[in-house]
Amino acid sequence: MTASTVDAAQVVAEPTQWWSRQRKIGVGLVAVGLVAAVLFGALASAQSAEFTLAETISGSAVGMNGRVGAIVFGVIAALAGGAMLVAARRWVNWLLGLGIVATLISFLCWQLSQAPDSLNTIALGSVARSSVTLALPLVLGALAGVLCERSAVINVAIEGQFLMGAFAAAMFATLAGSVWIGILAAGIGGLIIALLLAVLAIRFLVDQVVLGVVLNVFALGLTGFLYEQLMAKDQSRYNQPAFVPEWDIPGLSKIPLLGPALFKGNIFLYGAIVLVILIHVGLFYTRWGLRTRAVGEHPAAADTLGVKVLALRYRNVLVGGLVAGFGGAYFTLLSTTNFNKNMTSGLGFVALAALIFGRWSPIGSMLAALFFGFCSALAVSLGSINSPIPSGFLNMLPYIATIVAVAGLVGRVRAPAADGTPYIKG
Amino acid sequence: MTEQTTATAEDLAAAGADQLPPPKTFAGRYLSTLWTANTFTVTVLAVLLALVIGGILIAISDESVRATTSYFFSRPSDFFSLSWDKVSDAYAQLFKGSIVDPAAVQAAANGTGKWERVFFPISETLTYAAPLALTGLAFALAFRGGLFNIGVQGQAIMGAVGAALAGFLLPLPVGIHLVVALIFGAAVGGAWGFVPGFLKARTGAHEVITTIMLNYVALFFLGWLIVQKGIQDPERSDAISKPVDGSAQLTHLLGFLGPSLRVNLGIVVAILVVAAVAWMLRRSTFGFELRAVGLNPEASRTAGIGVGSTYVLVMTAAGALAGLGGATIVMGTAVSLTGAVIGSVGFDGLLVGLLGRAKPWGVFFAALLFGALQAGGNRMQSFSGISLELVGVIQALIVIFVAAPALVKTVFRLKPAKVSGLGTGMSKGW
Amino acid sequence: MANDDISLTVEPGEIHALLGENGAGKSTLMNVLYGLLQPDEGEILVDDKPVRIRGPRDAIAAGIGMVHQHFMLVPVFTVAENVMLGAEQTTGGPVGFLDRRRARKLVREVSDRYRLEVDPDRTVEDLAVGVQQRVEIVKALTRDVDLLILDEPTAVLTPQETADLLEIMRTLKAAGKSIVFITHKLKEVQAIADRITVIRRGRTVGTAAPDTSEEELASLMVGRSVLLRVEKGAAEPGAPVLELAGVAVNDDRGHRAVDGVDLTVHAGEVLGIAGVQGNGQTELVEAIMGLRPVVAGSTRLDGRPTLGLSTRDILRAGVGYVPEDRSVDGLVKDFTVAENLVLDIYNTEPFGTRWVTRPDAIAENSRARIAEFDVRTDAAGNAAVGTLSGGNQQKVIVAREFSRPLKLFIAAQPTRGVDVGSIEFIHRQIVHERTEGTAVLLVSSELDEVLALADRIAVMYRGRVIAVVSPDTPREEIGLLMAGVTTESAGTAKDGHPDD
Repeated sequence: MTASTVDAAQVVAEPTQWWSRQRKIGVGLVAVGLVAAVLFGALASAQSAEFTLAETISGSAVGMNGRVGAIVFGVIAALAGGAMLVAARRWVNWLLGLGIVATLISFLCWQLSQAPDSLNTIALGSVARSSVTLALPLVLGALAGVLCERSAVINVAIEGQFLMGAFAAAMFATLAGSVWIGILAAGIGGLIIALLLAVLAIRFLVDQVVLGVVLNVFALGLTGFLYEQLMAKDQSRYNQPAFVPEWDIPGLSKIPLLGPALFKGNIFLYGAIVLVILIHVGLFYTRWGLRTRAVGEHPAAADTLGVKVLALRYRNVLVGGLVAGFGGAYFTLLSTTNFNKNMTSGLGFVALAALIFGRWSPIGSMLAALFFGFCSALAVSLGSINSPIPSGFLNMLPYIATIVAVAGLVGRVRAPAADGTPYIKG
Repeated sequence: MTEQTTATAEDLAAAGADQLPPPKTFAGRYLSTLWTANTFTVTVLAVLLALVIGGILIAISDESVRATTSYFFSRPSDFFSLSWDKVSDAYAQLFKGSIVDPAAVQAAANGTGKWERVFFPISETLTYAAPLALTGLAFALAFRGGLFNIGVQGQAIMGAVGAALAGFLLPLPVGIHLVVALIFGAAVGGAWGFVPGFLKARTGAHEVITTIMLNYVALFFLGWLIVQKGIQDPERSDAISKPVDGSAQLTHLLGFLGPSLRVNLGIVVAILVVAAVAWMLRRSTFGFELRAVGLNPEASRTAGIGVGSTYVLVMTAAGALAGLGGATIVMGTAVSLTGAVIGSVGFDGLLVGLLGRAKPWGVFFAALLFGALQAGGNRMQSFSGISLELVGVIQALIVIFVAAPALVKTVFRLKPAKVSGLGTGMSKGW
Repeated sequence: MANDDISLTVEPGEIHALLGENGAGKSTLMNVLYGLLQPDEGEILVDDKPVRIRGPRDAIAAGIGMVHQHFMLVPVFTVAENVMLGAEQTTGGPVGFLDRRRARKLVREVSDRYRLEVDPDRTVEDLAVGVQQRVEIVKALTRDVDLLILDEPTAVLTPQETADLLEIMRTLKAAGKSIVFITHKLKEVQAIADRITVIRRGRTVGTAAPDTSEEELASLMVGRSVLLRVEKGAAEPGAPVLELAGVAVNDDRGHRAVDGVDLTVHAGEVLGIAGVQGNGQTELVEAIMGLRPVVAGSTRLDGRPTLGLSTRDILRAGVGYVPEDRSVDGLVKDFTVAENLVLDIYNTEPFGTRWVTRPDAIAENSRARIAEFDVRTDAAGNAAVGTLSGGNQQKVIVAREFSRPLKLFIAAQPTRGVDVGSIEFIHRQIVHERTEGTAVLLVSSELDEVLALADRIAVMYRGRVIAVVSPDTPREEIGLLMAGVTTESAGTAKDGHPDD
């Protein structure tokens, strides 16, 4: 009996179709670049568009004719798109990045050329600094999401944790006269919502999306009620915390662009950086992280090896609450110095989007948060140069960017396999 | 703490039930039926629990009650009697503001007061309930179709915008104008709902994220719109639009009793729409598809139902319902567009939809309850000085308890029975 | 009650087979032993000492390891990560930094010692099923267990892989480990077991020696003799109904799952597709149904191309479909039986139109179908279908698909997890439909089912049909084909890819 084994390669490469994803994006980029060149070029005036790396618009700057700049950078974007049609795969991300940046500069050339005379400069240092600053709560909120969802508890209640954190920070920082007490209280505020989330989701098996949404309403109502009953009646006693101090890192804070963004920070900035690193290392290099990821992917497997699934989930959700509450303190101790009803204005949900956009990883979430922070910072900058675009539309920018990001990417990201599923033994 | 926690309240209650012999007497059996945790009982108990917690909040946030805590251990009675006074007064106002004020009835019967005062609370309740029923339905319909529509607020805003624009820009005759404005509201809201439905069907983008983002986009759009020339009220300097023409305003139903009775055709619209949606879910082909896709999209796809197109239709229909809700506000009570024209009626709609267990008539009764809390809360705020925000807390607590029947049963040591919880199959991750 | 007063004793260095039908309570018993379930009464003795096993941790400490029927492996983890989980090799004290190098070394050691051939650095989801199973065994062995429970380990293996596994079991036995081997396959039991305990309906019905005859074991196991034979006449194949040419399909992860399949199913015949699960059968069927895109090749139904048609178009063209995963793809569990019976025809006369459904017609249909197909539920079918037993759920699907005239009937694993009575009923229905002139495509990983029903058998291996044979072909030969070994006597020139 002659036997022969049919042993085909189990992974067969896709037949190379001409319309690959790369080429589709390339064509899209060409179109965007050309539109930018034509549209922004036509709309721009010949006034110089000035760019400076500094934090203020005074001082030295690189300038160019606005119309020429808009056209040239639009064409560069189109060329980058064209290059994507023929380039090797490893160049794709670089070309895409180049195309996006060029499109953005083309757009800015138009905007700056339309700005009033003395305002035709954009201070990139300031944009970088406010991008980072605006991203901070998003980073912290997304990290809270990472902690919960890596262990398979969906956290839609980040918004509520922010609100509780912001409220507690304002109230206790004022009462105690110390922002550090405020930050501690903020963590506990976030913890309260996390505790409700954990008990109701893990013990009482309530649907986690429903639960998150309702907990947000609860936090909104509770902080609003206490605000009206206490703070509104006596602001100076309950609602006048101090700013957190700024800690410059000597030397490093003088670096152009990065210095003001990363080294003239405060507890939230340095805290966020430390937490990103801690959670990243923890998740991928420690016993806790291995178990957390196992519980998020296949809790039964973890259980059969003696990992205490539910205890780990409780612990992670609660720690997540602390982190999100800390993020909430940002609103009352850094961006303003008093609490207001519904002051987080949906940023908890943007943090959730950053978590998904960042593929449930700490570093990815941080980058996504920075992207949203940049969109907000850009809106602020454009507002300050009297952009012809109405401020209402500029304010939409981060939210629309979120939709585009999630719609463009979400089909290709993989959530932890057990995310949202309660674990019931047997 | 781990292995033990998996035993749900059902298990605990089941264990208890095994040990108890069935009651012999009629009264015993009656009580046992009542206390068996059916859906209705759980809802009632949830409301009760929420009111209790609300009462605790009232007490501890009150300055004078807190003053008694300083000597609590020497004279605790002060603390309790003062708390009781505060809480019972607040809830009495809540009742008087939402159902009926006995004093007003007496006055009207004696001829010393007007009947308008008697009907005022119920008129307010129904006025608030009408848009809530519609936005609640907007959430519920999507929920039945397996989608989590947090975008009701934005859809209602866009609906209000559409209705208002049709209301003061189109010169149409009485009657037709009203209908056209309502249709515009539904259409613009529907368009706003279409977007996340389309994105979900096409790219898989989770509707929780996209709808929330669209809420903010709608809010900023509204803010921009109402200061534009031709939209802004020329006689005003603040951000407010022209008023809707009289021909496009919803008729006040009890206007003959007095001008303060605001209840209008909106509640009639709401009832008709609730009935229509109930029929649609039960009897129509689209309703069958919607329910099938909501309960099991995989099996629906295998049976040849277009899951993506159903998602798009469901979200469009939900958006239209929310838009209608926004329209009834701007055409009924608000008349002009402002930044906060619809208040939080969209977000409240989520809670109403959940409390009504996503069933049309359930949603309607939940809307009545929430409308009553809102109307009574207004009176509680002005008469007892309790912030209206408390109503929001109570509403959220009610829904938390309803969503966690096991929790309510644990608290009240109820026997197990079939209780419909919320959102089975909703959280399948992202 | 899944287990009722069962006693079981396993000696050191013994391979003890636990034999029983699906649902007899074998897995329940082992889950109790492993601490996943708690016994209501009775006790567990290890080395003659009573132990209390409250969870897997206790079981492992008592020297008990288990390889579950559904593997307990985290798919996105590497082999080493899966093995170290729960007993991590760490440095850095309380922080517990993972020491992956030590974990890898341990995996290699154990793998080498018992000749398991497991690479610690591969990601588990990329491994073949047989290899994943060996990872599970490594996992147990690194925890120094003395007793290893293997729950239905051969269900997902090819005959060759099964032979390898039995060899591994012998190696383990030689090293002094005890093994509990749970199965319902008699041949394997006879081949390897030292002692056999038979379980039926949660009770021990007897202990047997390995030389007990197959018939004796079978009747012990089932309680009555079952004939997996279906009375059927010779097929009278008519015109081709389904024609596949060069069909290629990708799986969810974008890998080629079906790679150039040519097949024809004629009217009035049952074409059975045999093969170990995961060789592309699922994807092939989904592609035929329009549920999964066809990457290359053509599909024709009654001579007309079906590429690009929606699932609904294909169903309406006269295709009936029983999906493999009943509860996910076949039924809406919270719908009533009546609603599920019209799940794909609710908008056609007489059950409804484009706009409305007709509850009366749906109810009437439900009554008729429930009676005709002997579905055990209320007569009107107002119960939620999820409350029915597996067999009755499957009957609902079959009843639904047979309620309209069919040209082609596709049944994927039609009797998986179904009780014996329902199996016979469903088999008779399939044969009946064939005799009426419908083309039937039957996909089953149970070779016996394919042998009993099919008029021709196509064997799928790694996305290809490597042979089409007659049902008279010896079992062993088909078994070899399922393992990818083609022989001259069995090959019918379908093997067009001599690429090795």
